[in-house]
Amino acid sequence: MAIIELNALAKTYRIYQKPEGLRASVRGLFRRKYRDVMAVRGIDLRVEQGEFVAFLGPNGAGKTTTLKLLSGVINPTSGAATVMGHVPWKRELDYRKRFALVLGQKNQLWWDLPAQESFRLHQQIYQIDPEQFERTRDELVDLLDIAQMLGQPVRELSLGERMKMELVAALLHSPEVLFLDEPTIGLDVIAQHNVQKFLRHYQESRHVTILLSSHYMKDVAALCKRVVIISHGRIIYDGSLSGITDRFGGHKIVTLQFANERVPDLSRFGQVIEQQAPRVRLRVDRGKVTAVVGEILSQEEIEDVSVEDPPLEEVIADAFSMADVKEDDE
Amino acid sequence: MQRDHGILHGHMARMHTWWMILQISLEERLVYRVDFAVATLMRFLPIVTQIFLWSAIFEAVHGDNVAGFRFEDFVAYYLLVMIGRAFSSMPALASGIALQVRNGEIKKFLIQPVDLIGFLLLTRIAHKLVYYLVSMSAFVLVLYLCRGYFPGWPDAPTLLAFIASLILAFLLGFFLEATIGLVSFWFLEVSSLLFIYMLLNFVLSGHMFPLDLLPSAWQAPLNVLPFKYLAYFPAAVFLGKVSGPQLAYELGVQLAWVVLFMVICRVTYYFGVRRYSGYGG
Repeated sequence: MAIIELNALAKTYRIYQKPEGLRASVRGLFRRKYRDVMAVRGIDLRVEQGEFVAFLGPNGAGKTTTLKLLSGVINPTSGAATVMGHVPWKRELDYRKRFALVLGQKNQLWWDLPAQESFRLHQQIYQIDPEQFERTRDELVDLLDIAQMLGQPVRELSLGERMKMELVAALLHSPEVLFLDEPTIGLDVIAQHNVQKFLRHYQESRHVTILLSSHYMKDVAALCKRVVIISHGRIIYDGSLSGITDRFGGHKIVTLQFANERVPDLSRFGQVIEQQAPRVRLRVDRGKVTAVVGEILSQEEIEDVSVEDPPLEEVIADAFSMADVKEDDE
Repeated sequence: MQRDHGILHGHMARMHTWWMILQISLEERLVYRVDFAVATLMRFLPIVTQIFLWSAIFEAVHGDNVAGFRFEDFVAYYLLVMIGRAFSSMPALASGIALQVRNGEIKKFLIQPVDLIGFLLLTRIAHKLVYYLVSMSAFVLVLYLCRGYFPGWPDAPTLLAFIASLILAFLLGFFLEATIGLVSFWFLEVSSLLFIYMLLNFVLSGHMFPLDLLPSAWQAPLNVLPFKYLAYFPAAVFLGKVSGPQLAYELGVQLAWVVLFMVICRVTYYFGVRRYSGYGG
């Protein structure tokens, strides 16, 4: 049985449309116009125990809404979901003790107190056995290398240090399912890397199930074998990271090194992305690559040639814009 | 399994949890030492102006009493009201809840296995304890200096009733303001609602002047409102204005108000969360 199961899960927000200008604002006091925003439009998903799944998508795609639904903060408009057999929005205490949600942009720690006080509070709230609490805390603190900051008021910590403390606080009760919403947002490259390294290690050693939302490709590439791409509240891709290129990358990048500075016009073969004689980069339709390379090699004097997949960011951006076009057609 | 430890253990564990929350919020309050010292001093300022005001009034009327109150009675009354309000006023409770709803921190209480209202109550008890600790010496000094204005110590039962009325005033103030804060689930901004409440509270609780000064036609509606139990009632108990069966009855009414607002607060929270999870989040 899947540990997380979503069936046609949908959430529509009703948003007040504030008209422009003072007069319209006054009118808005009496009669308000609302617009329905379909944040999540029927998502089906099954996640097995021990999977590390990434939700990828642009801002407003519905990633955070999905995580909020799964952690029971909001109720769905329609559809169903279970996590470890619980319906999240029933908010049963048993369920609350078995999962954790980390929001990259919110903090759960007591601002004016050292993080260790918040940890002690969590021990009580989640009724963690004292010995187990100490063991888990020491292990996490050690892994994240934050022992010397435990006694410092949280407000004096850097963003990266605070995020690490947030992670410890969320993991103290050893949740079986972990929801991470943009855990590396705003962090510098080193802090991002540290958090990623920690999450990978943690997931591998404990086999917990993790759903991570991000729009940083690096997070996803470093951590998740399975990627779910969400756009406009729908899943447009669910599979491996490398599969994304096969599915959405309709092109390959061909780089040609000519023998001399005289470079012919190559636009009939594909789109010229970069031309710095004697080097040219071409975007060529996947199906035509062999033919194109063959033809060029037979006609021109070429010193070097390479064929690559376009960068993943680009492929995903293409996927998003493809979804946009589809959306407009409806 | 933890579940098999029995009910007693469960209660012990919960007590321990609440004790820990209390301890940690005590620590948090102690961070703001200066803020507390200033707040304590400021509490004594209004009473000084009140004393000046009433001494001017007494000079103007050339009498030794106003509406049955001697000058000494006024001073004693205001000092007692100050004590009452040290229990029933809830600075930043409603606005704090509204802020948490606006910035989304309230989510914590939907996700973690901890109850918002219980948590707020405990942190508020901690705030009050720290406040009493810090201001105790100041209160004792002022009351000692003003001892001449008091008719003397009341007997033990009255003193007990006074303490009970103070504790109930604390609870009533808490559940009233928490309810106002929870209205922010619908309106986000509750500062104007809070302002109206503060204004009504100031006049109708007896904070501004003893309610006995009002014409008797006004007394009846005041008796059916909860406000007087926030400040006037404890002072009246101490001064021996209510006694015997009437005292027992009024304490009963105060308790009933506490229970009622406890329920209203709980219901508001229940529907507020339903709305929050339905629309926002």
